[in-house]
Amino acid sequence: MDLIEKIKNRDFRTASRLIRDFEDDVSSARDILKDIYPHTGKAHIVGITGMPGAGKSTIIGELIRRYRIDNKRVGALLVDPTSPFSGGAILGDRIRMQRHFEDSNVFIRSLAARGALGGLSRAVGDSIHVLDAMGNDAVIIETVGTGQQEVDIVNYAHTVAVVLVPGMGDDVQVMKAGLLEIADIFVINKADDDSARKLRLSLMSLVDSGSPIRRPVKPLIAAVGNISNNELYNQGLDQLYRHINAHRNYTLENKECLSAMLEKKLFHELDQALKYVITEDIMKSIAEREDCRREIHKLRTRELDPYSIARRLIKIMQHPSGNPNQS
Amino acid sequence: MTERKIRILLAKPGLDGHDRGIRVLACAFRDAGFEVIYTGCHQTPEQIANTALQEDVDLVGLSCLSGAHRYLFAKVVELLRESGGEDIKVIGGGIIPEHDFTVLRDAGIQAVFTPGSTLDSIVQWVRDNVKTSKRQ
Repeated sequence: MDLIEKIKNRDFRTASRLIRDFEDDVSSARDILKDIYPHTGKAHIVGITGMPGAGKSTIIGELIRRYRIDNKRVGALLVDPTSPFSGGAILGDRIRMQRHFEDSNVFIRSLAARGALGGLSRAVGDSIHVLDAMGNDAVIIETVGTGQQEVDIVNYAHTVAVVLVPGMGDDVQVMKAGLLEIADIFVINKADDDSARKLRLSLMSLVDSGSPIRRPVKPLIAAVGNISNNELYNQGLDQLYRHINAHRNYTLENKECLSAMLEKKLFHELDQALKYVITEDIMKSIAEREDCRREIHKLRTRELDPYSIARRLIKIMQHPSGNPNQS
Repeated sequence: MTERKIRILLAKPGLDGHDRGIRVLACAFRDAGFEVIYTGCHQTPEQIANTALQEDVDLVGLSCLSGAHRYLFAKVVELLRESGGEDIKVIGGGIIPEHDFTVLRDAGIQAVFTPGSTLDSIVQWVRDNVKTSKRQ
């Protein structure tokens, strides 16, 4: 059976190994993507973001349960931070999803951020395609615990839920740019005291007053109570699950909104691919070619600045045997 | 050639909530530059084997302080072999009497680390024995 068939048949090891090739930047993996790409575009991509300890992983475990009740197949990519010192990582998001470990309709994969700054891993974009081709109806992405500015998820997800907890500052925090602007859905987690009410009021005023910069859809709000009150807890999560599906249906029904969103995502993906394709060859050549190394030497001797060298290297690549000054 | 990052699953099978040791080990592995997937206590062997496949790890580290290591560790190895993960190495640690060492080795557990093992010796074992495949 070839690799694409294995992935379509949900062979977990094959899928995970391919994701690992993307993480380790194995260039042959990108050739495999050629064959995978035609089988993608069906899954609903849901991004879950928010501060460390806000409850993202627990909420994802509960969302997976609801997708399974509806007999949907689910994939999840969970990103945790990489140590800036050792390059190692502890990936501990799965621990909240133990009940799904033996379900062959649920595929969960942890990724280390490996130095990416936007709250994801560089391999996330390509990995989503793998999970999509596996026939997952929904692909859930958990970002690293975010602060105010890690908003990369908006370039990958169809629906973004931002998980907040009460008590993290006054209502001016809610007005700031960044993370709160990317929410299609706000989740107020641990919403069992009076400060949760205040957070909800601040969010409601944000939702009602903000100009629709990115989204024509008004963000929805779901409040999830403390797990010690089982009934309220489940009601809140049911509401979140309904909101996610409602947002999906809205975007599917409004063609203009849908195509604007898809186009933005495709351009982002193309932008990433373009940078990769252009720099891949040049970086290889720099190491291998004498004429390229001579250019680098000019950088060391301060004869030329990095931007001029970059332009000259591109010209060298366009005229493989020639002199960059001739063109 | 790409240098591959070593991925390790650490888990506690069975009815055993004593996770101090495995948590310390997880941090030592992190500091050694490995990627550690930590799934916590009370795992069934089936959950551990499935996670190892989904995460494409090179090594599974099991900790057991309850006395049930002979059954639980062997079961994880058996499940990995049945499901195409026979190349994934399995090591164990915990309160394990010396006379069980050979039983565990015969069951496919490649190394056993008991109280007194230094973190350095465990990290070194990983470096010596886990060879990640290098691909172009």
